[in-house]
Amino acid sequence: MSIDLSQLTISKTRNHLLRGDFTVQELTESYLKNIAKKNSDINAYVEIFDDVLAQAEKADKEIATQKEKSSPLCGTPVAIKDNILIKGRHVSCGSKILKNYKATYDATAIAKLKEAGAVFLGRANMDEFAMGSSTERSAFGPTKNPHDTLRSPGGSSGGPAAVVAMDGALASLGSDTGGSVRQPASFCGVVGLKPTYGAVSRYGLVAMASSFDQIGPITKTVEDAEIVFNAISGKDPYDSTSAESITQNSKPKTSKFTIGIPSFLFGKETPLEDDVLQNFNNSIEMLKKEGHTVKEVEMPLVKYALPVYYIIMPAEASTNLARFDGVRYGLYAEGKNLFDDYADTRGVGFGPEVRRRLLLGAYVLSSGYYDAYYRKAVAVQNAIRFDCESAFKNVDVIVTPTSPTPAFVLGEKLEDPVAMYLSDILTVVANIGGFPAISVPSGTVMRGKSSLPLGIQFMAPHNEENVLFSIGKEFEIIKE
Amino acid sequence: MDKKELQKLATLARIAVSSDELQTLQKDMEGVLQYISQIQEVSAGHHETKNGFSLQNVMREDKDSHESGAYTKELLAEAPQKKDGYIQVKKIISA
Repeated sequence: MSIDLSQLTISKTRNHLLRGDFTVQELTESYLKNIAKKNSDINAYVEIFDDVLAQAEKADKEIATQKEKSSPLCGTPVAIKDNILIKGRHVSCGSKILKNYKATYDATAIAKLKEAGAVFLGRANMDEFAMGSSTERSAFGPTKNPHDTLRSPGGSSGGPAAVVAMDGALASLGSDTGGSVRQPASFCGVVGLKPTYGAVSRYGLVAMASSFDQIGPITKTVEDAEIVFNAISGKDPYDSTSAESITQNSKPKTSKFTIGIPSFLFGKETPLEDDVLQNFNNSIEMLKKEGHTVKEVEMPLVKYALPVYYIIMPAEASTNLARFDGVRYGLYAEGKNLFDDYADTRGVGFGPEVRRRLLLGAYVLSSGYYDAYYRKAVAVQNAIRFDCESAFKNVDVIVTPTSPTPAFVLGEKLEDPVAMYLSDILTVVANIGGFPAISVPSGTVMRGKSSLPLGIQFMAPHNEENVLFSIGKEFEIIKE
Repeated sequence: MDKKELQKLATLARIAVSSDELQTLQKDMEGVLQYISQIQEVSAGHHETKNGFSLQNVMREDKDSHESGAYTKELLAEAPQKKDGYIQVKKIISA
């Protein structure tokens, strides 16, 4: 049985499975075969689980008995970023410090996917503790971009994005703290959604910056992202920041939107490459032709979103990552006393970028600098959120390119932290304000002999994922 | 930021750092600090005093507790050093 994986989406697969064109087991075998062929080059998966066919068999039985009543995700092969816990399985956040750690419980998003009958193929590569924008900083080695293996897939969810782009799964879960779902989705030519802060429970997601972190789906189409989002979202007693979305599953009030383009996009702070801007302008023209209204919006403080992010995120990370000390789990490096046990374990276990951010976090929180950095950053964060909410009084959705560039060459930004950070300049705004945002493929540009994907990003007010799904689906059609 | 200050941060963060690494870290940190310092240009005084997005604590109801020891075995299995059902660490207070 030969299945053309490149043609499949979650909804199409669902129809095939219900019609009996193929079984979940046959589908899963096709994916395993394709992964075996491609993963040694791409390194998107760090582990393929050994029980996937048993999971597939269970899903087949569910579909056979429940038919249309089974969940829309029943039998969907998925990949999970290496920082989301699946009980009994290894989870290492791409870090040496969690070597051999096995999760002792399921993340809520995982429990929901299990309930829906998804088939977990394996765990996908990432920058260590999700700190990076290129997936080069993993203890498992870098992931390559399926469109050009000399280039980065983006990050930190480079593994989950590359998995979907290489037909290694129908969908994956990533996590997005400053753009880590959307930027790799854009580099790999797939769809990536960062939900409203609190829409998806963070329980069982290894924390980086708790006030920004969100789990989000990476899929081939906007419709598929919506299906996964509907399955994993909702209030969870285990995450007190989670909330029920009131607009989920409801239709937006209108189908012709007022679209805002932030004027900072054309400023010197945003180093957009020429053909990226050209591609963006073409996309805007297409949206106008469909009857949407386009307006420029002033958001004077949004240009400070990235520096604000690089204060609050390390501050929260340095607190969250204090738990990795060689006492309760993971790596243990013995020193001459308890202090050295901690310091040696963390010195050996954490890679250079994680160490850098933890020191930066300690710095901005330390007495004497707290007011100048952390407190100031929180005030500016509030001001930025206010800026965005004011803009949303006049527009339904704010649109930008997802990233200022297409996928960059591996190693290019590794020695210059600030250059690496800048690739998140357009995505980080949604995290700073807690807004939902989606990256949708918007065409390609040439770099050398490679045709590289670009993404367009739509950002909506809190809990208005439905607006993103509506305009995202329309954009996919007009882009064809 | 000088090396002494960096070393102090490393101690606070409980991270062993070699003297070679201090050199690179110093350069990297300076670049990052310069970048993030641009927020000092912003006058956000209004938002410092009037927080329009005030946060509130959400408490879980204190009920449905699990039986004592229900997860001990699984959790302890992950600890690198253990003894008689406890996590083992080095002595902190000397006699």
